[in-house]
Amino acid sequence: MSTSSDTTTAGVRGAKQAPAGRVRRLSGRDKWVLGFMVGVPTLIQLVLVWIPTLLSAALSFTRWNGLSLTDIKSAGVANYQFIVNDYPPFWPAVQHNVLWLVFLALIATPLGLLLAILLDQNIRGTKVYQSIFFTPVMLSLALIGVIWQLFYNRDSGLLNFLLGTGGTPQAVDWFGDSSVNIWAALVAATWRHAGYVMILYLAGLKGVDPTLREAAQIDGANAVQTFFRVIFPAMRPVNVIIIVITVIESLRAFDIVYVINRGTNGLELISALVIQNLVGEGQVIGVGSALAVILLVISLVPITFYLSRAFGKDKEA
Amino acid sequence: MSIIKPAPAAARGNDVAGAPRTGTGGKSRGPARNHLGIHIFLIVMAAMWLVPLGWTVFTSLRPKADTDKYGYFSLGGSFNFDNFVEAWTRGGFAQYAWNSVLITVPSVILILFFASMMAFAVSRVSWKFNVTLLIMFTAGNLLPPQVLAAPLFQMFKQFELPYSVSDSGNLLNTYISVIAVDTAFQIGFVTFVLSNYMKALSPELTEAALVDGAGIWRQYWEIILPLCRPALAAMGTLEVIFIYNDFFWPLLFIQSGDRLPLTTAVNNLQGQFLSDYNLIAAGAMITAIPALIIYLLLQRHFVAGLTLGSSKG
Repeated sequence: MSTSSDTTTAGVRGAKQAPAGRVRRLSGRDKWVLGFMVGVPTLIQLVLVWIPTLLSAALSFTRWNGLSLTDIKSAGVANYQFIVNDYPPFWPAVQHNVLWLVFLALIATPLGLLLAILLDQNIRGTKVYQSIFFTPVMLSLALIGVIWQLFYNRDSGLLNFLLGTGGTPQAVDWFGDSSVNIWAALVAATWRHAGYVMILYLAGLKGVDPTLREAAQIDGANAVQTFFRVIFPAMRPVNVIIIVITVIESLRAFDIVYVINRGTNGLELISALVIQNLVGEGQVIGVGSALAVILLVISLVPITFYLSRAFGKDKEA
Repeated sequence: MSIIKPAPAAARGNDVAGAPRTGTGGKSRGPARNHLGIHIFLIVMAAMWLVPLGWTVFTSLRPKADTDKYGYFSLGGSFNFDNFVEAWTRGGFAQYAWNSVLITVPSVILILFFASMMAFAVSRVSWKFNVTLLIMFTAGNLLPPQVLAAPLFQMFKQFELPYSVSDSGNLLNTYISVIAVDTAFQIGFVTFVLSNYMKALSPELTEAALVDGAGIWRQYWEIILPLCRPALAAMGTLEVIFIYNDFFWPLLFIQSGDRLPLTTAVNNLQGQFLSDYNLIAAGAMITAIPALIIYLLLQRHFVAGLTLGSSKG
């Protein structure tokens, strides 16, 4: 604690490149206060987020049953070799994560955008529609899994009844049948994701300068041209967020499949495999950590993309 | 969304520098068009959105005996709240609800406190590493939680506590572990949003205070923080929902079923009530109700929080 706040206070330089001259001189007491204000949150962040991330990377090169610290044995890249070559659920999980991303990117996100565009016209009852589409965003993905389970159920679910297969041998167990359950889960995930995208784009559309639209219309552009050539590019900050949310959500997808069947039998996802290797009988911490590192490395792509967009300008200034 | 005026204007100013454009909702969108097609599409979509939730409500209101007698797809029999009462008592929902409160309230308070301090320090004071630290905070929130799972679990397991404090002898199976990680994980996002908001406040505000000899803490606590009330309300609402809906951290850290919060306890519904779908539906609705109440009461703040977090990119 003391070392951390010492270094941070040392970093505090009175007027160091302060363009607006916000704070010219900090008294000794102010430096301590500032050191506290920066030091405590930074320490929390380091100890509970960044150090564990690094430890994950370190553990991925070891063999450990999770019992005693002295049992940790170096394993080189054996865990990674095992995952890629001899761990049956790994490649299905990768495929499912990719499918999750493609489905959200091509169906759920465009659907949210379409809903936002339609609701942004001055149509009657727009608030009611917005509330309906937005309701699932308030619910946890775990709960959404249970709600859809009731809908998809083989014997008592509404869907089989609506399809006319209820009670017959043709009834499908939508979450249990490994040939369809990933699609069923994706529909449930879309139910939430589209509402989320809709609300962000609604705010984005309200922020577009209306004179842009008028100018395009005077130039003879039709509604579709106006949207794709003028309005959509003008929402660039929102577009960046939506891309990042879509990618990150597809990597984080976990709760919904875990509630259904812990991420097995057709619903394997990398995130679920991490947990399967960490808990339960025969903990294989090294393998779980190696899977976590694979997840981390993929996640760094959208994270870096987002940070470069969000902070690129700050750095130049 | 009028409650979030300063930040969006400033944030968007990055992109298209210009006059504040808040509240320029649709006027003059061309000639009045026939919206019938749009309405049909929206009604179909809305029906699809309502059906799963409606089905859950419907099932939860019917006694098991009536569904057995008439079938799940029928209107016969009575409708009442008996399943809710039974799920609440048999499922131990009072305990889960209390656990949710014990986890959510301290987490949100700590998040707002730490994040607002950090946001003040990086946005109102210029020093060497402020942007670097802000980037680190923002990135931390974007990591998939599973990446940190193994080391955090082991760290908490190795952290020995007297048995009088924790019956596991370490930090596992305690609310503290969940609160700590929820706080650490969410600080990054809230710091990012609040720092954008604070940057948009005029520098003269604190300069005047500086001339009066006000220290850093007074500038933060008495000048900047009260001005951030709308952003704090939005972030507070958002975080209450985020933490309440968090499934993963309690799943990882808490082993005793009776210490789980509502959202994670959902995982056990099917085991608890077996194939009594009426009770499962009632349990699911009980878990949904707190989030829906917050949505009804604080919708503006929640939506403001979401859009505040996304207005810069």
